[in-house]
Amino acid sequence: MTQAPVNAIGLTKNDYRGAPSTLCAGCGHDSVASQIIAAAFELSLQPHTVIRMSGIGCSSKSAAYFLGRSHGFNSLHGRMPSVTTGAHLANHTLRPLAVSGDGDTASIGLGQFIHLLRRNVPIVYIVENNGVYGLTKGQFSATADEGQELKHAGVNHLPPIDVCAEAILAGCGFVARSFAGDAKQVRELIKAAFNFHGAAVIDVISPCVTFNNHDRSTKSYTYGKTHESPIHDISFIPHYEEVTIDYEPGEARDVQLHDGPVIRLRKLHRDHDPTDRMAALALLEEARAANEFVTGLIYLNERRPTLAETLGIGRTPIAALPEERLRPSRAAFAAVMAELAGE
Amino acid sequence: MQSPQPIVNEFAITAATVNGSGSQTANMVLMRAIFQMGIPVSGKNLFPSNIQGEPTWYTLRVSQAGYTARPAETPILVAFNPRTANEDLSQLPAGGICLYPADGPWQPQRADIIPLALPVRQILDQVGVGQRLRPYAANMVYVGALAALLEIEDAALVKAVQHQFRGKSSAVELNLAVIRAAQAWAANNPSPAHHRFRVARMQATTGMMLIDGNTAAAIGAITGGVGVVAWYPITPSSSLIESLESYLPRLRPADDGATCAVVQAEDEIAALGIVIGAGWAGARAMTATSGPGISLMTEFAGLGFFAETPAVIWDVQRVGPSTGLPTRTAQSDLLSVYYLGHGDTRHVVLLPGTMEECYSDAQLAFDLAEYLQTPVFVLSDLDLGMNIWMSRPFTYPEQPLQRGKVLSAEDLAKLTSYARFADVDGDGIGYRTLPGNPHPLAATLSRGTGHNERNVYSERPDDWQRNMARLWRKHETARRMVPRPVVDLHPQATVGLIGFGSTAPAIAEARDLLAAAGIATSSMRVRALPLGPEVTDFIARHQYCVVIEQNHDGQLRQLLQLHCPAYATRLGSVAWCDGLPLTAPFVRDQVLAVLEQMRELALVTSK
Repeated sequence: MTQAPVNAIGLTKNDYRGAPSTLCAGCGHDSVASQIIAAAFELSLQPHTVIRMSGIGCSSKSAAYFLGRSHGFNSLHGRMPSVTTGAHLANHTLRPLAVSGDGDTASIGLGQFIHLLRRNVPIVYIVENNGVYGLTKGQFSATADEGQELKHAGVNHLPPIDVCAEAILAGCGFVARSFAGDAKQVRELIKAAFNFHGAAVIDVISPCVTFNNHDRSTKSYTYGKTHESPIHDISFIPHYEEVTIDYEPGEARDVQLHDGPVIRLRKLHRDHDPTDRMAALALLEEARAANEFVTGLIYLNERRPTLAETLGIGRTPIAALPEERLRPSRAAFAAVMAELAGE
Repeated sequence: MQSPQPIVNEFAITAATVNGSGSQTANMVLMRAIFQMGIPVSGKNLFPSNIQGEPTWYTLRVSQAGYTARPAETPILVAFNPRTANEDLSQLPAGGICLYPADGPWQPQRADIIPLALPVRQILDQVGVGQRLRPYAANMVYVGALAALLEIEDAALVKAVQHQFRGKSSAVELNLAVIRAAQAWAANNPSPAHHRFRVARMQATTGMMLIDGNTAAAIGAITGGVGVVAWYPITPSSSLIESLESYLPRLRPADDGATCAVVQAEDEIAALGIVIGAGWAGARAMTATSGPGISLMTEFAGLGFFAETPAVIWDVQRVGPSTGLPTRTAQSDLLSVYYLGHGDTRHVVLLPGTMEECYSDAQLAFDLAEYLQTPVFVLSDLDLGMNIWMSRPFTYPEQPLQRGKVLSAEDLAKLTSYARFADVDGDGIGYRTLPGNPHPLAATLSRGTGHNERNVYSERPDDWQRNMARLWRKHETARRMVPRPVVDLHPQATVGLIGFGSTAPAIAEARDLLAAAGIATSSMRVRALPLGPEVTDFIARHQYCVVIEQNHDGQLRQLLQLHCPAYATRLGSVAWCDGLPLTAPFVRDQVLAVLEQMRELALVTSK
């Protein structure tokens, strides 16, 4: 029997798995979960430094199906962002990995989603987007495309909420879209997101095989496989790996993240500068108008401080502060009492 | 009119002014100056839900007996708001004094009171107050006039003005100049208003301070180790967090980085979500809100109870339902907070009734929340939270923070197995591991879904039932840990008065009024939910108990009747909520009426 390969910290891929999935066979969310496991393994993440966060829904259930050695919180529908914000403030050395769905993020949780990004909580936020409610059996979500049909719900006449556009407008500095059927792209984006200093959103079109995988659905496997149009081929290059491949000038673009790793974007069919906010919004709008399924790293801007930095929290997490730092000194307390007593 | 002996140190003043005109500052100067003379004072600010222009009233009570309930009658009226002046005047008892601006559009039309027209414009001109500050400085004219009428000591006035303007010399000088000019004018213009009421130095406030409950709570939270605060502005709780933010830099300087994160959330849902997340990750976290915010926090309160995460929630109550009366006081969230959340949810609720309890409960709430691994509510109200009360200075805590049952990686290394919700100690409380704990056994996925002892998803009926049974065991542990009621037994009393929170001064004063009417009473102030055996003992000792509270349905009485059904018929109810703090004569009259009814009923049923 051959030994399972281990990563830089001596863990096997199995160490990053969770409980067996209870989602439908072939669910896009399970593909995403495998890529989370693969990315965590390849990045040699220490499981205890990650917290897996989720709300309610099929996607949120999947938090149980990966990183079983990481703490986690399967919280309330649409309210995972606030719970994560609190966890970040209590212990900013932990890295939240969140899975959410289109109902959880774009319907009930849209407000919390936007405020989380506005505050720049350094989260890896994966939206498993299938345009439909699964656990309540087949209602439209707010990301369903106009004209989409569902067996029981009928035809959707309302425009979809674009999670990526909302994220860019909210001040998020890492915004990507992908497809659960494009395993490599999902994995590379997750690895890049983990190394991004700030909130990172990956909107993954993740087909619901039970309720929204028919041929006319824009969130089906068939549609994704035939229509996906990656803007670039993305590779995440950790700083300790030497880059050997040479590209022709203009063919590839390297974007260095603050700690040294590099995101390499090899150009495919179109020019797109992901560091240009207007270009990112324009790309989304053009894709919408042309009914294109554009994937890749849409926007990247690492300049904003995280919430813990904005609030000036010191190196030691608040949760780990000793009592003498959590209480006033006797002298400071006495001075305030004396002032109140008018002395 | 004959000139009677002046009434010394036992009277009250109502200042009727326009909101946003700075009158609160004037009222505070007056109150603080009298307090500086060693005389017990209390104040009730009756303000509108408005920024500027609407009427506002401040009632200042001076009581050598130490009574601090809202006075039923105020014999001195400052009628500085022409819009409400006629109605204000109608409330003035015969023989009362009415101060009003001589140059305003309104004059009092009553023969049985003593009018005193104050030349406001003339005094402001004389001091040379600029146009911009005139509306504010005008209020200092009544302070000066009252200082003369009541014979307030100059040193006390100076100290009060300095305290109020925090030593800002230009403001201190200007306001003192207006006060002294008005004082001089009043002294030089003798009137029947002179020598009717006066203050005389006492020693009853030595070493005491004036503070509001929200500030007391803020200092308590900082002293109690708060690490994360998330909130959404809502009257009357906002000043709790604002006060916390203003004291944090002094009490816990951020030399090596901030030791407490304060976030203004997008709503109360997010505020409690942040608190739950922070509590889960190991920080002492709190929020402060009022009724509408409590409604929004409902789902998270249930999650905190069921996923067993610590959280501290201050509810500074105001009048509801709905937006209700945002700037008036009530005690009507007791039941909704106790049971907040759908399904079988029940919480620990602390009920402070004094400034010292606001301070100490702010710390105790964290100890209980972390020990019991559950949300703990502290039920204050607008009267307690926003009005100014006398208090002894707070004492520095002598006990270390109680951080509860938390297993470190080293602790886990000594164990062969670990189950998050195993009731190892029989008190219903499991052992937590905090996120970031590197031991391979530490990780667990917290959840609001049904789970077994190992915190793994389960829909099994026996798992559900066992888990809920443990949560009720934990609730029984809480019952033993929360503060005992404050009981004052009268050896001969057959009547017991029961209340909680800010009604304490009115109930205490009413007991003296009842004693004067020949009815001896004991009293019990409930300090927390769940209710303990001491509560039953008190009720069992008294033939009649009257529960006095500021809500419509007698919420505390309902809980008491559930707690000791054998004595349910002994519990009468005075449940009254009109937005104003109770007065002692009102309580006396209501108690007498309820006792009358109960005795009649007892006679009927015994026949």
